This record gives sequence, C-alpha cells and structure tokens, in this order.
Amino acid sequence: MSDPLLSIRDLSVAFAQGEEEMLAVDRVSFDIGRGETVALVGESGSGKSVTALSVLKLLPYPAASHPSGQILYGGRDLLAGDEAELRRVRGNEITMIFQEPMTSLNPLHTIEKQIGEILKLHRGMGDKQAAERTLELLHQVGIQEPEKRLDAFPHQLSGGQRQRVMIAMALANEPDLLIADEPTTALDVTVQAQILELLARLRRDNDMSMLFITHDLGIVRKVADRVCVMTGGKIVESGPTEEIFSNPQHAYTRHLLAAEPKGEPPQADLGAEKVIQGDGIKVWFPIKKGLLRRTVDYVKGVDGVDVTVRAGQTLGVVGESGSGKTTLGLALSRMIASDGEIRFSGARIDERSFRQMRPLRHKMQIVFQDPFGSLSPRMSVAEIIQEGLRIHERQLSAEERDRMVVEVLQEVGLDPTARFRYPHEFSGGQRQRIAIARAMVLRPSFVMLDEPTSALDMSVQAQVVDLLRDLQKRHGLAYLFISHDLKVVRALANEVIVMRAGKVVEAGTADQIFHAPKTDYTKALIAAAFEIAAVPGGVVSE
Amino acid sequence: MSDVQSKTQVERVRRRVARPWLSPINQRRWQNFKANRRGYWSLWIFLVLFVLSLFAEFIANDKPILASYKGEILVPVLVDYPEEMFGGFLAVTDYRDPFIQEEIKANGWMLWPPVRYSYRTVNSEIPEAAPAKPSWLYTEEVRCQRYDLGVDDPRCTIGNWNWLGTDDQARDVLARVIYGFRISVLFGLILTAASAVIGVSSGAMQGYFGGWIDLLFQRFIEIWSSIPVLYLILIIAAVLPPGFWILLGIMLLFSWVAFVGVVRAEFLRARNFEYVSAARALGVPNRTIMFRHLLPNAMVATLTFLPFILNGSITTLTSLDFLGFGLPPGSPSLGELLRQGQRNLDSPWLGITGFFSLSIMLSLLIFIGEAVRDAFDPRKTFK
Repeated sequence: MSDPLLSIRDLSVAFAQGEEEMLAVDRVSFDIGRGETVALVGESGSGKSVTALSVLKLLPYPAASHPSGQILYGGRDLLAGDEAELRRVRGNEITMIFQEPMTSLNPLHTIEKQIGEILKLHRGMGDKQAAERTLELLHQVGIQEPEKRLDAFPHQLSGGQRQRVMIAMALANEPDLLIADEPTTALDVTVQAQILELLARLRRDNDMSMLFITHDLGIVRKVADRVCVMTGGKIVESGPTEEIFSNPQHAYTRHLLAAEPKGEPPQADLGAEKVIQGDGIKVWFPIKKGLLRRTVDYVKGVDGVDVTVRAGQTLGVVGESGSGKTTLGLALSRMIASDGEIRFSGARIDERSFRQMRPLRHKMQIVFQDPFGSLSPRMSVAEIIQEGLRIHERQLSAEERDRMVVEVLQEVGLDPTARFRYPHEFSGGQRQRIAIARAMVLRPSFVMLDEPTSALDMSVQAQVVDLLRDLQKRHGLAYLFISHDLKVVRALANEVIVMRAGKVVEAGTADQIFHAPKTDYTKALIAAAFEIAAVPGGVVSE
Repeated sequence: MSDVQSKTQVERVRRRVARPWLSPINQRRWQNFKANRRGYWSLWIFLVLFVLSLFAEFIANDKPILASYKGEILVPVLVDYPEEMFGGFLAVTDYRDPFIQEEIKANGWMLWPPVRYSYRTVNSEIPEAAPAKPSWLYTEEVRCQRYDLGVDDPRCTIGNWNWLGTDDQARDVLARVIYGFRISVLFGLILTAASAVIGVSSGAMQGYFGGWIDLLFQRFIEIWSSIPVLYLILIIAAVLPPGFWILLGIMLLFSWVAFVGVVRAEFLRARNFEYVSAARALGVPNRTIMFRHLLPNAMVATLTFLPFILNGSITTLTSLDFLGFGLPPGSPSLGELLRQGQRNLDSPWLGITGFFSLSIMLSLLIFIGEAVRDAFDPRKTFK
C-alpha cells in the first residue's frame, strides 16, 4: 500500500448550534488503499457518518464547517475543491450507498430511469447504450430477471432488491471508491447476509476500495481489511481487522467487543401460570376492488397462530420483516381487531370493545421499537410516565404520583432528577428506559416488547436486555418479545416461535430452536444471524 | 430516620430542577423569533399601537378625561353626565359647547385628551367647507377664524387641531383612524380566534377519526368553500342590518375552512406516531390523546397560518366597508376612509392617510407572521 487512494488528514467537522459550535469530528486521519475495505466502527453519535459525508462534502453547509483537515484523493484536496470539481468526483469516482433504501430512491421514477440518468450524466451515453449497461448492472447485482424489473418503480421492490438497485447505481460509473453508510442496517438479517456477500464479490471483481460504516462488529469482521474505531468524534484505535478483534488495545474497543448480548437461553418452565393465551388468532386485511369496494381477497397478516405467554417467562417471536410478528403482538394486546380466542388471566378478552378494554390496559403494556418516536416530544419525562397513572390510578395525589415516578426511574436505572427534562435531551438507550418506565409504573403482568432493542447501539442493547431480565425476575412479568435479532432473543427468551408469512413455522423452547432447529427456514435465520452467512436462494426472502 | 432522609432527598431533588416557564423547544423558537429583527420590532410597534388604540377614548375624545366642577371630581370619559348639571338642557353633555366649557372653567377645571374629537364628532368650526385640510397647513388666523374670538378664543388650542384634516362630514380624520385601527384589529383578532377554534376542532376530528367522517366532511367543505363569499355577504347585508357581530358571524361561516386542511393533515400524519399508539396502549381516551399529544403538533401549522388569516380578515372587512356593505354608517372604518379618499380626489390627505394606516398595519402583521413562521421552522438556522 504505497500510495493510498484516499487519504484523510486531520479532518475536523463542526456544526453551528445557535451561537455555539459543536465539534462532531475531531482531527481524524486514516488512509484507504487501492482495493482495500476500511470499516469505520462506532456507536451512534460517534461521528462516523459525518466523516464519510464530508468526503463528498455532502454535509449541510454552511451550518457545518471544517476547522481543520485535508481529504486527499488522487493528489487533490476535495475539501478545497469547488462545486464543479466535486460534481465530477461525486457519483463518478467516489459513490455512496445509504442506509435507508426506502428513501434513497426517487419513488416517481422507474429503475431504468434512475440508473440510466447517472450513465447519461457522467458518461454521456445515449438511450440505447444506457439501457444495455443498466441491464448489465442489474444482472451484476443479482436481481433476478432484470429485463422485467427495468420498468418497476421502487415501491414494487423489496427492501433487499432496492438496496441492490442502489448498489447498481453506485457501481454504474465503475467508481474507485464506494462509501457504504450502514447499508444493511435497515434490512432483515437474511437479506443483510446476501447484500454483504454481494458487496464483497463486487469489490473483488471491480477492484474497488470500500469505506464501510457500521455499528455492527459482526459485519466488520466479515468484510473489512482494516478497522478504525471511532468514539466521540475521534479515532481511538485502528489496525488490521484480525489484530483489533484478537488483541484490542483501547478500552472502548474492548467495551464494544464485550457488549454483544450473550448468554444461553434460560430454561423454559412449561408449568408456569398462563398469563395470556391466544388460540387460532387471525388478522386478515381485506383487499377491496371495484366500484362497490367488494372484498375480493385478504392479506393474511396473521393466519391461525396459537400462542401462550407464561408468568415470569418470555416468549420470543422471530421472523423476517413482514412475517406478522408485530401484528400478532398487537392483536394479542387487543390494539387491532382479530379473530380467535384470546384469554388474559383466564378471562376472555377478544370480545371486548376498545372502551371495555381500558380498565385492563394497565395490566398489559407495550414497549415500542423506536425510542425516538414513542415519547411525545412536548411532554416532560414525569408527564410521560404519569400519563397512565392519571387514568388508571385516579385516587393518587400529585405527591404520590411523583413518588412513584421517582421510584420507577430509579428502578430502570435513570437519575430521578431528570424527570423534568424533555425526551430530546436523552440518548436512545435512556429514552428506551423511559419507555420501559412508563410501562412498568403501572405494575403490569404482561408486557409486549416490540423490537425494543433494534434501534439501539450494540452496547446499549445489552444493557436494556439486562434491565428487562432484571425487571422480569423481580416482578414475575410475562414478556412477548418480538424481534428479528436472534442474538437478543437467545439472551432473553424461554420459548420461541418462528413466524413466516403470518404462520408459525416452528415453535418450541429456546433450547430446541437454537440448538436443534428442524426447518430450513429456522436454520437459515440462525446462520444469517450468528455467522452472517447467506443461504442459497429459495429458503428465505430476497 | 431513613424515611426522613429519603424524604429530604426527594425534596432536594424537586427543588433543584425548577421547571422553566417555556419548554426548551419554545425557548429556541423565541430566540429565533428575536433573531429576526424586523419581525421582533414589528411585534413591539404593533403591540404599542394596539394597546394605545384600545385606550382610544383617552386619546381622542370629545369629552374631557377628568373634570372638577364645584368641588366634585367628574370622569366624563366614563360616565355620561346630563347637561342639567352644568345648567344646560341636553340629556348628554356636549363638552365642546363654549357655554359648558366656560361654566366648568368658572367652577373648576377640565383635563382634555390630546385630540379633542371622537370619531363621530363633527367639527363645526372648520375654516373652509369640508373636507378641511390638516390644521398645520393653515395660518393661525385662518385656522381659528370661525371661533367667536378668533385667535384669542380659548378654543383656539392645539387640542382642537385636525392633525390629518377632516373628512367630507367635517369629522377629524386622526380620531377616525385611531378608532378604525382598533375596530379593524379587534375584528380580525376575534374572527381569527373563532375560526381557529372551529377550524382546528373540525380538522382534528377529521384527521383523527378518518374514514367516513373525514370523507363526508371533506366533500362538505369542498362544496361550502366554493360559495362566493363576497357576493353572499352582499346579499345577506341587504337583508340583515349590517353590524360588527353580524359581519363577524357571516365571515366566520367561511373563514374557518382555511384551518381544516393543515390541521387535518397534521392529525392524519401524527395519529400513527408511536407515542400516540403508546398512549392508546396506556388506555388514554381519544379526547385526551387529541388534546395532549396531537394538538401541540398541529398548533405549529396553525400558528404559522394565523397572521395571514388575520390579515385576510382585516382586508375583507376593509373592502366591504369600501363598497359600503360593511359596518353601519358613521362607524369609524379604514375602508370608509378609503372610499372618501376615492370620492374626494382633490383632498389627498384622505386617501394618503387611509393608504398609509392600512398598509402599515398589514405590513406589521405580515412581518410578524413571517418571523413566527421562521421561528417555528425546525430546520432554519440563524447565522
């Protein structure tokens, strides 16, 4: 590696916030050699994405500025370059793929048009040439029957296919460097494995370099040649991947490596009291057609599922996105209408109206996935936590309510003085703790946890899992734990059901599922989650 | 002991974090608003003008604010005293009458407001046929030629000047502008507030419940808003005697629609937010969810709209007055002033005054509205 392709020297990024300047990246330096994959690893807020975005000057200037640094690409300093020069580099020599395939494609243009546009813009190709090259690219990124997909709009493709299209767009001009900003975070584990394999193959075939940004150490180990670990805007450690993983020097790296949720599944106690029980639960969404909106068919969100959640135990529900996990949870907690018998503490609740359910709500609580969305930004933490108390425990005085808020905040490991602050002042993990506190303050017997750790950083995930386990032990709670992340499920669940397309593929104790999976689907899920190994087509969705 | 300790700890915890008056997000907005100098100054100028005009009776009136008569303190501006008190015969005292003025002067004193005309006071001592020019355009002799003693008459004071001239019925233009400003702004404010209440609640219902309620109401609004408002007001004005409240009512029938769209959209968007689902899972009733969780979201859009609706209401009232279908004859109104300006082109002070008072008022409101809109824009950075 005599002459690096891209060399970042002393790069700093500052953001103006009102009168103050906030330093997001602090004098970062690293090189990317030709044909090399460098991974930037760090938790959210560590400045890894900002570093990557400044390579192409895609930050919101003038709010962002670079107090120091150079980004040398082929001898030129991109930071000093003017807009015209950058445009030549962007999308041509250095390209980028983003995290969210849903929003990175223009929903109003066909696939052919979106890929063709780049070719025409940078290469000056004609219509026919561009169409041929587009087809070739789609083939290269592994889209099946690309001829039929040319006229498709982004919404007609699955998340994985969309990300493949994004990659095709990034590859269109045979770039020297591909910047991938968490390209698989929004995808299912099975799809993630496929995309990573695709990226690795394309890098080999095209002799590209890659700057890979991620928070997931498993992925880093799989794809990267060298790793830079970032925290608080600084690179604290960098080196070859093997070295970093086998012999981490910095305390933060060690902390990151130790943070993965671990542990064998707890034993299932099939004799424990049944808290909530569903028999043949069906949630069918009608498809209506024609002038009279007659129901012609149904989308079977959940199709005849039996579940039992026991006191003090966790039932894990796993499956890819769209398999009906969340719908099942919402049906069980009677947030949406469903068919089939549901019993809560022995009493039937499936025939109750929404209003009749209200008195039972404090016994069954929900914790949602997105800790940024599930807390009202205009209410203080105390108000958020008290909201349920105000409805279900009307007899309490303001003093007593306040005392309960303080207690529950202590219980979830937050400083009670923080209760007058607003959600935006907290980190993702703290917010999730607030959301858990809101559920726990009512002393429920059943809690539905809808991907409570998916939006959190790896090290925070482990803490939240520990907290949940601790609360379960102390209060004998029954959890319905919905997740696509099998690592987390393994750490928490006593029993597991595997769902696919609204049906249960496999059910059993966590021991059985993780150590002796019976169906190919479960095996593929486990392989993708623990080894990031792609499974040949057919078994899982694309 | 430990119980006491924990109690004092809780006490300490509570004291340390006093809740600020404005939430952080509102503090930021206030800072942003202040950063827009034009809007900030416009707000202050407008507030000063508005508060002054609320006390119009103490600034421009044909009655003294305070008077002392035979050792008795009178407040003519608030109380109507019969003229018999001062030896006259009218039911309500005309303090501008030289006889009454002398009578009170002889037995005490009077404190006049700076402008001794009300909006309906006819100045019978103007130097030439109405409309008369602003007083400062005349020499002192001409200005006071109609008073009994000419220049030496006690009524030949600065308080009796017509600073902006008189209109074609010899009424003081300045007094009419002050009262007209007040009535315009009050009309606009009441109309905007009432339309906001109706529009926001209707939009909230449609957005939150969706489905049939939404469908039916939207179609109704489409039909309703295609009615030409101005013509309808003209027709109704021909049947009902036009007055402040009747005009307000008629215009309210149509102006609330402006809010429905934005509020409905906000509710439609926000009703599927996770924190709304979370509230529903807690068993919070619909009404509370709408008020506590969704309304604050919709308020941003509403507040952004508010100044522009306020301006629209004022303009509509002015145009109705201009056409002669607005407030009853004799009411102080800027539209009526504009009409006089149009009819008396040889008296430019009428048109110029009407134009400037209206355009300054509307510009101030627009500047404020612009600053409010920017302040609520989360992506705006002030640098």
